[in-house]
Amino acid sequence: MSGAPNAEAPKQRLTTSAMIASIAAPGQRTASAPFGHALVALAKSHPGIVGLTADLAKYTDLHIFAQAYPDRFYQMGMAEQLLMSAAAGLAREGAMPFVTTYAVFASRRAYDFICMAIAEERLNVKIVCALPGLTSGYGPSHQATEDIAIFRGMPNLTIIDPADALEIEQAVPAIAAHDGPVYMRLLRGQVPLLLDAYGYRFELGKAKTIRTGNDVLVISTGLATMRALQAAEILERDSIGVEVLHAATIKPLDLDTIIAAAGKGGRLVVVAENHTIIGGLGEAVAAGLLRAGVAPKFRQIGLPDAFLAAGALPTLHDRYGISAEAIARQIKGWL
Amino acid sequence: MASTPPGKTAAARDDGFPHTGSNVSLRERAYRIRRHALRMGEVQGQGYIAQALGIADVLAVCYFHAMRYRPDDTRWEGRDRFLLSIGHYAIALYAALIEAGILPESEIETYGADASRLPMSGMAGYTPGMEMTGGSLGHGVGIAVGVALGLKRKKSDSFVYTLFSDGELNEGSIWEGVMGAAHWRLDNLIGIVDVNDQQADGPSAAISSREPLHERFRAFGWHTQRVDGNDIDAVATALDAARAVRVAAPRIVICDTRMAKGVPFLEARERNHFLRVEAGEWQRAISLLDETFSGGAVS
Repeated sequence: MSGAPNAEAPKQRLTTSAMIASIAAPGQRTASAPFGHALVALAKSHPGIVGLTADLAKYTDLHIFAQAYPDRFYQMGMAEQLLMSAAAGLAREGAMPFVTTYAVFASRRAYDFICMAIAEERLNVKIVCALPGLTSGYGPSHQATEDIAIFRGMPNLTIIDPADALEIEQAVPAIAAHDGPVYMRLLRGQVPLLLDAYGYRFELGKAKTIRTGNDVLVISTGLATMRALQAAEILERDSIGVEVLHAATIKPLDLDTIIAAAGKGGRLVVVAENHTIIGGLGEAVAAGLLRAGVAPKFRQIGLPDAFLAAGALPTLHDRYGISAEAIARQIKGWL
Repeated sequence: MASTPPGKTAAARDDGFPHTGSNVSLRERAYRIRRHALRMGEVQGQGYIAQALGIADVLAVCYFHAMRYRPDDTRWEGRDRFLLSIGHYAIALYAALIEAGILPESEIETYGADASRLPMSGMAGYTPGMEMTGGSLGHGVGIAVGVALGLKRKKSDSFVYTLFSDGELNEGSIWEGVMGAAHWRLDNLIGIVDVNDQQADGPSAAISSREPLHERFRAFGWHTQRVDGNDIDAVATALDAARAVRVAAPRIVICDTRMAKGVPFLEARERNHFLRVEAGEWQRAISLLDETFSGGAVS
């Protein structure tokens, strides 16, 4: 893992990324609040959908739903245990709650309530959480670098990590169509839009090849898929062919597709994720490949096992190895 | 199939009050609930029997006076919901569900056995009439808030009851729920706190100061009553008031109960969260209970 501080100091002074900072690069195509708009669109035909939050509607794009459907919106206050329990109660009475907070609070503070009140009874609650992994400059209190590790062990829970605005828009109706609890990592605000250019369609439970290449297979999820696609462009200049297999659904993981791709043609296999290298997609893929007897050269790109620094996201992503340039650098070093 | 509770009439069944017109007194219901619980305790040789004996009067009032339900249709939309937050009180609720005709009496023998529908800690997926998975304490009030909101969405006139304990008040999540219920003015939510002053490590009051409970709930915006939870008439009157009072607020009935109530030699035993009962004592307890009931000397 390359967690070493970046040797090249940024040219302009970068300030701490605000809580609501966009992860879009300057000039990148974006869509605004894709989750909020998709939920409003879906709610028209799904009267059972209700929205709940713990004082974070504005920061999870749920305010758009709250404005469109004030009678179906429940502000539970800064009380994540109540948030999850009340969602369970509403689901018991036939509603389909979409619950939002930050990923740190859902995973660290409300775990028992998600586990026992929602997952154990397989209730139809969709938990949608902003600031996954390293998407806030506020330091460990807001950086959910281990949320997937925490949630992967919870039975009945489906876990997804969409890569861009298009995927979020498509994931909302897909998780609503799935009868059971779902945890979705959310990119909010001005969200990069890129997968439309690849003709991508989200399917719950399916990993999909977004780009082909002969030298390296990158299996990635969430924001890391965007960065892997950008890294692939950089490496192409050096005639390094990178295939990107996007696994938006982390649980249940599409191991059939992953094993088939990893077993093909002696490529370096790299798993990239916006998450600690412990307990996330990387270890899930490694265990799946080992169980299947597939043993390619295997490397992980992800956040270090550490409480990360506060600061500006571009600096932090480069320092901790999940910027496009850092990903390209690491892959090149492994070839 | 579920046994028919004595005194049930076909006409009374459709309105959700299967006990209407019954000639069985609440006192007899409480006695029988205690008896079912003791029999389960004997089967397993263990159980939270002191809590079950203590709360039996409250459960008798809930299931044979206050609550609307259909014994043969535990998912009936018109039912009042009952959320057992304290999962380890399952033995008490099973006893009430058996008495209510929701569970067959024959299942007493399976209590706590492999593959039984009656596990020692209550879980929604296992038992008809068990509406939540409790046991990880501090969940009931929050779930009740969601159920109450859900019932209001559906314009249902059902109530949601949730039973929790004084020890459980240690959990911060209870107070999140208490605040949320008041904020949303949930007049269809009735909380019942069993105050038996006993939790795993000793007397509740010594572990975390709980009083003044009445004032605390009132300050949080709840319609508050405190009664002797082993006084059936007082509990019935309080639950009547909790249902009838016209205030836009959740309701709480704080019930002071006596651990092991109804079996004097167990009541006299040093109070204990997990009361130890020797193998030969279960039958002795049942005999005493029978004698006390037929002698009319209870309370």
